[in-house]
Amino acid sequence: MKRRDFIYLSGAAGAGAMVLPGFMAMGKPIEQEEALNYVDVRIKKELADVALNTAKSKGATYADMRIGRYLSQAVITRENRVQNVGNSESYGVGIRVIANGCWGFAAGNAVTKDGVAKIAERAVAVAKANAKIGGKPVQLAPQKGYGEVSWKTPIEKNAFEVPIKEKIDLLLTANGEAMKGGASFVNSMIFAINEQKYFASTDGSYIDQDIHRIYPNFSVTKRDVEIGGFESRAALSMPCGMGYEYLTPVESEKVHGVVTRYKKRYDIIEDIKNATKNAGEKLMSKSVEPGKYDLVLDPSHLWLTIHESVAHPTELDRVLGYEANYAGTSFLSVDKLKSGNFHFGSKNMNIVADRDQAGSLGAVGYDDEGVKPTNFQIVKDGVLSNFQTIRDQAHIIGLDHSQGCCYAQSWDDVQFQRMPNVSLAPGKTPLSVDDMIKGVEKGIYIVGNGSFSIDQQRYNFQFGGQLFYEIKNGKIVGMLNDVAYQATNQEFWNSLVAVCDERDYRLGGAFNDGKGQPSQSNAVSHGSSTARFNGVNVINTKRKIG
Amino acid sequence: MPIYSREEAQALLKKVLSYSKADECEVSLRGNDGGNIRTALNAVSTAGDISTVGLAVSSVYGKKAGSATINEFDDASLEKVVRRSEELAQLAPENPERMPMLGPSTFKDSIEYNPKTAAITPDQRADLTAKCLDVTKAAGLQAAGFLENTTRFEAVANSKGLFAYDKSTDVIFSVTTRDAAGTISGYAARGFTDVSKLDTASATRIATQKALSSKNARAIEPGKYTVILEPVAGTYMLENMFRFDARSADEGRSFLSKKGGGTRLGEKLVDDKVSIYSDPFNTELPGSTWNGEGQPLEKIDWIRNGVVKNLSYSRYWAQKKNVAPVPGPSNIIMEGGDMSLEDMIKSTERGILVSRLWYIRMVDPQSLLLTGLTRDGTFYIENGQIKFPIKNMRFNESPVIMLNNVEALGKPERSISVESYRSYLIPPMKIRDFTFTSLSDAV
Repeated sequence: MKRRDFIYLSGAAGAGAMVLPGFMAMGKPIEQEEALNYVDVRIKKELADVALNTAKSKGATYADMRIGRYLSQAVITRENRVQNVGNSESYGVGIRVIANGCWGFAAGNAVTKDGVAKIAERAVAVAKANAKIGGKPVQLAPQKGYGEVSWKTPIEKNAFEVPIKEKIDLLLTANGEAMKGGASFVNSMIFAINEQKYFASTDGSYIDQDIHRIYPNFSVTKRDVEIGGFESRAALSMPCGMGYEYLTPVESEKVHGVVTRYKKRYDIIEDIKNATKNAGEKLMSKSVEPGKYDLVLDPSHLWLTIHESVAHPTELDRVLGYEANYAGTSFLSVDKLKSGNFHFGSKNMNIVADRDQAGSLGAVGYDDEGVKPTNFQIVKDGVLSNFQTIRDQAHIIGLDHSQGCCYAQSWDDVQFQRMPNVSLAPGKTPLSVDDMIKGVEKGIYIVGNGSFSIDQQRYNFQFGGQLFYEIKNGKIVGMLNDVAYQATNQEFWNSLVAVCDERDYRLGGAFNDGKGQPSQSNAVSHGSSTARFNGVNVINTKRKIG
Repeated sequence: MPIYSREEAQALLKKVLSYSKADECEVSLRGNDGGNIRTALNAVSTAGDISTVGLAVSSVYGKKAGSATINEFDDASLEKVVRRSEELAQLAPENPERMPMLGPSTFKDSIEYNPKTAAITPDQRADLTAKCLDVTKAAGLQAAGFLENTTRFEAVANSKGLFAYDKSTDVIFSVTTRDAAGTISGYAARGFTDVSKLDTASATRIATQKALSSKNARAIEPGKYTVILEPVAGTYMLENMFRFDARSADEGRSFLSKKGGGTRLGEKLVDDKVSIYSDPFNTELPGSTWNGEGQPLEKIDWIRNGVVKNLSYSRYWAQKKNVAPVPGPSNIIMEGGDMSLEDMIKSTERGILVSRLWYIRMVDPQSLLLTGLTRDGTFYIENGQIKFPIKNMRFNESPVIMLNNVEALGKPERSISVESYRSYLIPPMKIRDFTFTSLSDAV
């Protein structure tokens, strides 16, 4: 295909190069077809050897380098028009070294032999400057070199190959359905990410990876001018480690109930019609009576609670105090882990970590310090059984290897400990959502994630949601509004009385999870089946500002 | 060469524009240079040195636009990038909201650049960090901290004769001090344009004193309390309301929307004592003197004596509403009084001193209800004195309601948001009836 034909078929490629806050800011706009041009792996290997040799010659005892080409595409619409189409590329080199026992890192976008050599020199200079401060020398878990290897996200359809016109048409069709349904406003968007990462280290690894992620989302708002109120409902899609195939609806991947939810295929048209109806229902719904309720939490909601209350506090660097100045530490400790009898939750709580769930955001072949990840259990039958680790901290909990939890958001950010997929295992006893609800006398069924906040040691949290349904005597009797639940971490997880079986298992996830200083974004999935928590404190969030 | 001078940037942009055949063409050049150092457990955990530069071209035919970017600056590449953006523009759909580019304008020089900050080296970062660690080690505490310096430049030129250039520097430092057992915690944060104002040892001493004072914290009942918010706490809380956007207000989905339609422009929104404005020439908190659309930025009131004085109107929305465009804020300054923090405490019969807030998130955008928690030094005040440290608490409160309950304001200080790291000038605030909803055991 000729370039001009490609652009023509792509419709609005490159139109509007506005920076998207929190999403496109790190890149430069490019045309769509540029995304399909990969950098030759032989060139990358040559550059890697220059960088590693330079670092060693300047005094580094260990060095790794990442050549990263990070592509992101955003198609953003509002009602009947395109607000922005952005194709962005960020390309450069990050080099990390140990010199005089201390870490140093430098990055730049001069991807030439001379350029990477200078970056390697700067990284060593940074390490040597920091070594003067003192502290324990870095201790790395041993890691064998893998030689020249590669890994790619198993996708059916590369989102970057799909013409932008097709994406615009889909979003504007969806918006049209919302407007037909009486929406006052609708915003919809498709985000796509492609990380082309080349990692090399003095251990002898040369790892080429091609990672894909996609996230369709929308927000539908209905307004009541007279009362001056408005209500919104966001998409029940999940950000995922898939290609454009995620946007092809498949009936068997739908979960029907009070509202349709989705597994590994998403129907944006159906969801936006439902969302428009839901936004109207929310305007008319009853404000919740504060008090204790049994909560039935859908995976589209529960993923965020797992993320904040289980996944973050089980990061070893956070436990040790490495995040103390930003998001804080953890209520967990190495001693609690080593005791072997710290009851994080009830016996129904089984938390597993992986980097290989199909369609998940955390799926990779190797992490960003050249480790092939392992799957491990974090909580077994309610008892804390492991933390997430990387190479320079594994020894602290007696491990002789990293579990592959290292990640950097881009080439110009230093890699550090980031969570893999962390999920609640489904119940082993057959249990459907309907049967779970039948057993609830006074409860709230929550679908979709909303507001979230948790303290700096992950004890006290508060979560909202998208949709709240009142349960009375085993039946859903209507919609509620202004709901948020507050709880203390261990108390909450010890109130977990049942988890539906694997038939209901679904992933949710965070497309942009922040951690570190400077703050970096990570994408991670959290799976679960619907779960029931008894006697949770619910507050009413309605306020008037005059 | 990540930081171009005005002359270097202008020469390059002029050359790029000379290749343009479109109705309109805009070229922008941006770069940054800087580094950071992060500590934990009284040692360096990560550190980096980063520099980048890039050039973007936007070509326009009528209401159709296309953009392309490069980071190679030879003549052939520069011409190629212009042609690509033109080709894309001709194929793009029309954007009804697209406004014509602005012509030349006079922009005052900004005062955001400081050569000492631009010259910071890895060794200097290490020295500033060592001074912080000396304090915590002497106090028998552990520091986790972060120091980052950045030099940025941005230049924009277009085919209508517009040219604007800005260069800025900043350095931020924050530190959390804790004991090894994790039973006490204190915090301090600083941000400056000029690194010579940064005293990491004195900031760390404040964090250390907060930590040592927070030993044996007691639990008190959640409920409504008078609070004294130190600037770092107030900044993070108020940051969520510094969006004075006319369009979202007109559309009825903002706390600035009026019941029955329209905006709250000209209406009383908060207490008389509250005045919030922007001023790029404030010496404590300088800002850019122009924005991305090529509009000059000057001092402007957003709230004056509690009344909404201005809302930000994009050029498109201003045209639609038949008003003059009002660029958004380049910085935010809240006026205060002359009461010291000590006097605020002395005048408080029963209340809570809040050093820092954390994990603030929006609960309800209609009322701007936020939830979050206190952190790193929360103290009970009785009869004008700090009586004892208290355990942290979760709040559910709206900054709009909060600013209607202002009892007193102190002298504004430059402080940084603990999440976005943006700098603001915010006074310490004494607020009545601040709503705490639950206890937290977090330290």
